[in-house]
Amino acid sequence: MALLSVQDLRVSFHTRAGVVRAVDGVSFSVARGETLGLVGESGSGKSVTCQSLLRLIPTPPGRIEGGTAAFDGIDLLSAPADRLRAVRGRRIGMIFQDPMTSLNPYLRISDQLIEPLIVHEKISRADALARGLAMLEAVGINDAARRLHAYPHEFSGGMRQRVMIAMALIARPDLLVADEPTTALDVTVQAQILDLLKRLQRESGLAVIFVTHDLGVVSGLCDRVQVMYAGRVVESAPARTLFQAPRHPYTRALQRSVPALQPKGAALHTIPGQPPDLSRPVPGCPFAPRCEFAVDRCHTEVPALLPAAPGSPHTHACLRAQAGEI
Amino acid sequence: MTGPVLQLDDIRVHFPVDSGFLRRRRVGVVKAVDGVSLAVGRGEVLGLVGESGCGKSTLARAVLQLVPATSGTVTLDGQPLAAASPAALQAARRKLQMVFQDPFASLNPRMTVYDTLAEPLAVHRIAPPRDIPARVAALMDDVGLAARFLRKYPHEFSGGQRQRIAIARALAVEPQVIIADEPVSALDVSIQAQILNLLAELVRRRRLTLVFISHDLAVVKHISDRVAVMYLGKVVELGPAAEVIERPRHPYTQALVSAIPVPDPATAGRPRLVLAGDPPSPLAPPPGCPFHPRCPHAAPKCLPQVPPLLPAGPAHSAACVRLGEIP
Repeated sequence: MALLSVQDLRVSFHTRAGVVRAVDGVSFSVARGETLGLVGESGSGKSVTCQSLLRLIPTPPGRIEGGTAAFDGIDLLSAPADRLRAVRGRRIGMIFQDPMTSLNPYLRISDQLIEPLIVHEKISRADALARGLAMLEAVGINDAARRLHAYPHEFSGGMRQRVMIAMALIARPDLLVADEPTTALDVTVQAQILDLLKRLQRESGLAVIFVTHDLGVVSGLCDRVQVMYAGRVVESAPARTLFQAPRHPYTRALQRSVPALQPKGAALHTIPGQPPDLSRPVPGCPFAPRCEFAVDRCHTEVPALLPAAPGSPHTHACLRAQAGEI
Repeated sequence: MTGPVLQLDDIRVHFPVDSGFLRRRRVGVVKAVDGVSLAVGRGEVLGLVGESGCGKSTLARAVLQLVPATSGTVTLDGQPLAAASPAALQAARRKLQMVFQDPFASLNPRMTVYDTLAEPLAVHRIAPPRDIPARVAALMDDVGLAARFLRKYPHEFSGGQRQRIAIARALAVEPQVIIADEPVSALDVSIQAQILNLLAELVRRRRLTLVFISHDLAVVKHISDRVAVMYLGKVVELGPAAEVIERPRHPYTQALVSAIPVPDPATAGRPRLVLAGDPPSPLAPPPGCPFHPRCPHAAPKCLPQVPPLLPAGPAHSAACVRLGEIP
């Protein structure tokens, strides 16, 4: 039984330039203790997907057009505001990309850190502070007792992201949504944060949705990976399968454009052109205009996300791969 | 092979830090760049790697004389830049161009692509006015942009296309040296690959010298002939790209290489060297080797003095006194 099950999520933004279909029929599920990677380039809809789950997209211009997101029996997309508030920050924690702007510069770390406890668990401030201190120590902040009452500007980027993680996890949620949590950090700090997430997850059986554009990060962290392109899921598979036997041409092309996987001196594989303009209807496969394998029907027929073999956890949305042609 | 095109000798850039409102007083000095010497040959690509705050961007700005160096000399094609008159400096800038990280901020939003590319041609009197349209068209072609984009403004382009325009603008004056500061960091992987291929091709075709600054070791390894690794204002390792990244000798480079996430789950279990803590504040650098507080191999002999670059192999050097003793 999945902890979170998203069916046919559709989100659009109503702008003066037209209706942008940012997320167009996305379905996935996450089990307890599982880490799902959502991978894609800018504009692929991965962040909007996550924000929609917690109804954090600005409306207007954004609008959730349809779909359901069942979290332990509650539909996050249609639940009344008070039921949603009981879930947000308590049973689902979220970490955002930029640790520099997601903390309130006017409030002490202690006040921001224990807010979820005061709001949701209605415990005393002293008890909440004790848990806050333990949490800061758990995320590896040295000298936590003194640091607890500091202001955000006194922390480095890596430390602020640790504080964000502590805030997201302090109410012991079942699900953590992490939207590019290490993208703004240096690699050595990123390695620390990823190790920390893995350890906390092992200890608490937390489910994680990890959004990133970095295939390297995904490979070390996730059990399952879902590749998004132009607001749709194009491939989903266990991490090892996705890297060793990708089926969708977009996933393959993406892997061949990563310098780390290529020999020195060889020209990098490039994907010609640009992602489609989502304010216009995309007939057929959204990747077809840039795909080296595209044939006529790819431009007109919308591919469904189907298992690579009957009953396989590996699914992809490529008509030609499904027909066994590539 | 003649001498290096670009030579840096003991460059230091120190920023004073003042405090107090009515009575300003000097409370410290940030040594953003602290004694960097490098030489880059014609047609060579030098990768400059390091984490935020290590001084790599300040070094680039000092080379271009955009920030004054506290001491040290930059020699371009045999001519020292610091002593140059404003006219001579302008002439030197023709040989030395820069491509910045953020293609959304480095192009003038009120100039069309044509104006952006025609301006340097006119300022440096590279082509007579009647030849400028043809030169601009040729530049567009060089960086893979269609001529129909000429009358468009920067906001009409994607990030990758803007970075192509920025590269075309740098190429307009036919420079010998291009310094590119994180030119692909703001771009998506598939677009990043297009720009890396373009830079590599331009270097080959025009025998350009490229100083490529990045925090991404995989990207640097891909494009560079040699790599310099910086930590806290100093070069801690220098050598052939493949050598430095596949067999790093300095413990900091080893940690940096080990921290790169590898997109291959088969390597998920590999032992990793995860550094503790953050880099120290450049306001109060530790004594001796700047890396010793975070170094797994630190020993008493790391403390007395800042280690110089010591030979670590053919054309390879590292600033670590324990070179012979650590793996």
